[in-house]
Amino acid sequence: MKISKEEVLHVANLARLKLSDTEAEALAKDMESIIGFANKLNELDTDGVVPTAHAIPMSNAFREDVVKPSYDRDAMIKNAPSADEGGYTVPKVVE
Amino acid sequence: MKYETVIGLEVHAELKTKTKIYCGCKNEFGGEPNTHTCPICTGMPGTLPVLNKTVVDYAIKAGLAMNCSITKYGKQDRKNYFYPDLPKAYQISQFDLPLCRNGYIDILVDGETRRIGITRIHIEEDAGKLVHNDYDGTSMADYNRCGEPLIEIVSEPDLRSPEEARIFLETLKSILEYTEVSDCKMQEGSLRCDVNVSLRPEGQKEFGTRCEMKNINSFRAAVRSMEFEQKRQEEVLSGDGVINQETRRWDDVKGVSTVMRTKEDAQDYRYFPEPDLLPIIVSDEWIEEIRGTIPELPEQRKARYIDAFGLPEYDAFLLTSSKKTADYFDETVSLGAAPKTVSNWLMGDIAKLLNDKELESGDIPFTPAQLKSLIDLIEKGTISNSAAKKVLNELFNNPEEPEKIVDRLGLSQVSDEGELQKMVQEVMAQNPQSIVDYKAGKDRALGFLMGQVMKLSKGKANPQVISKMLKDALDQA
Repeated sequence: MKISKEEVLHVANLARLKLSDTEAEALAKDMESIIGFANKLNELDTDGVVPTAHAIPMSNAFREDVVKPSYDRDAMIKNAPSADEGGYTVPKVVE
Repeated sequence: MKYETVIGLEVHAELKTKTKIYCGCKNEFGGEPNTHTCPICTGMPGTLPVLNKTVVDYAIKAGLAMNCSITKYGKQDRKNYFYPDLPKAYQISQFDLPLCRNGYIDILVDGETRRIGITRIHIEEDAGKLVHNDYDGTSMADYNRCGEPLIEIVSEPDLRSPEEARIFLETLKSILEYTEVSDCKMQEGSLRCDVNVSLRPEGQKEFGTRCEMKNINSFRAAVRSMEFEQKRQEEVLSGDGVINQETRRWDDVKGVSTVMRTKEDAQDYRYFPEPDLLPIIVSDEWIEEIRGTIPELPEQRKARYIDAFGLPEYDAFLLTSSKKTADYFDETVSLGAAPKTVSNWLMGDIAKLLNDKELESGDIPFTPAQLKSLIDLIEKGTISNSAAKKVLNELFNNPEEPEKIVDRLGLSQVSDEGELQKMVQEVMAQNPQSIVDYKAGKDRALGFLMGQVMKLSKGKANPQVISKMLKDALDQA
């Protein structure tokens, strides 16, 4: 399956990655081989096979609805590049 | 050409659990910014979410109350997008295996029952809140709401007018209140909806192109946005224009919507199965256990009001659409008040005052026992209907026992025959011409004399009593 440079740039944009032309071209080749590898599975007859939603054979890992103390605000905010009056300061993006 | 409107809704309801969906932080409205957070709900690297079981219980409970089939094998998925209110840069939601599917709710439109399909109900986490600074190009992010549990309820495009959509929303809200899975406080944003509107020529089977309006946080705004969109699309189509599939932003202050995003730059969410969370397998026993916790729903309660109390369907529908109102009604009736009288008060003057004071229906500031006393005072003839309205007003402002209000405001009717008889004689003596007129068959004279007696008594005379007295006196004169 052919992957174009444009497709790579589209996906990069969705992931907010900035790529140079050289990087995009190299990644197009990599993605082509990765998808080609996965495409091998299409050769199998999967009629009657239930789709796998999860790889681990476990289910229903729940917690009870019991309140635990939250983290100290100052400790949390210490990780932020910018903060003010108990809030994280972020660039204003209005949708 | 005549067009038919087609509306579908997506409603987000905050679940009333004690904790968030994937961590033990408090699920509580308000609070100082960022005081209900931890590394899990702020998406710190290396943390793992663990699903709150009550979230699953509540979602299934809502699904059963809306006649859905429950998915035996469900999973959660990541919905990827970048926005500063979402620290992980993805929202955990459900894509192809939602917990509930293929349900319906019945709504009452112009006295007729309409069945509206529920496509699906899924669980997901809420995002944080941004407070924009208008001056310096920044926003303040508060992640208290981040990770609060939501259910998203998606309807089929079965609604045919904004009014029908409003009734659907009210009915849906009442089901969520009855099942107690959400407190449905609109002003706190615990119920929000996305609206999809399209038009098609009457008689056409295929749907027209739809437009979506997102994140509308009041029913009134939702209805206005639909009415606006209906009119806008009709104008475009009548002018031979084409509707573009787009997301529009509703401005409730200006009462208009504007394009926010066209189909071409629609977001690509790249859903994929959430690898950090395991599948949800729901057994029949679990479903039955939850079914056992569902209380009498509005529909059943409505039927009971019609059968047991002989209320008209309209009354029964209005009373039961809010659980609080219905509970209030039941309590007042259980104290011995006549059901229809209680219903008239609740749907009439009380509803009007609640509305005037911008209170939620059912948030009545005085007790059912006080309403019962008020009704008794009217029935005993202690106060007139108009005085009762004054008492009601006072009950809203400074609730205390209605008897005390009557005394305090001096509202009791004069029914003392001796006192009234004196007034009747006095009025008749002052108005001999009216007696002549009455004898000549002019009924208006009686009304005039009644008015004079009322005036003399400063509005406190019992009208039934004086009417009878006047007639007797006139016949003897």
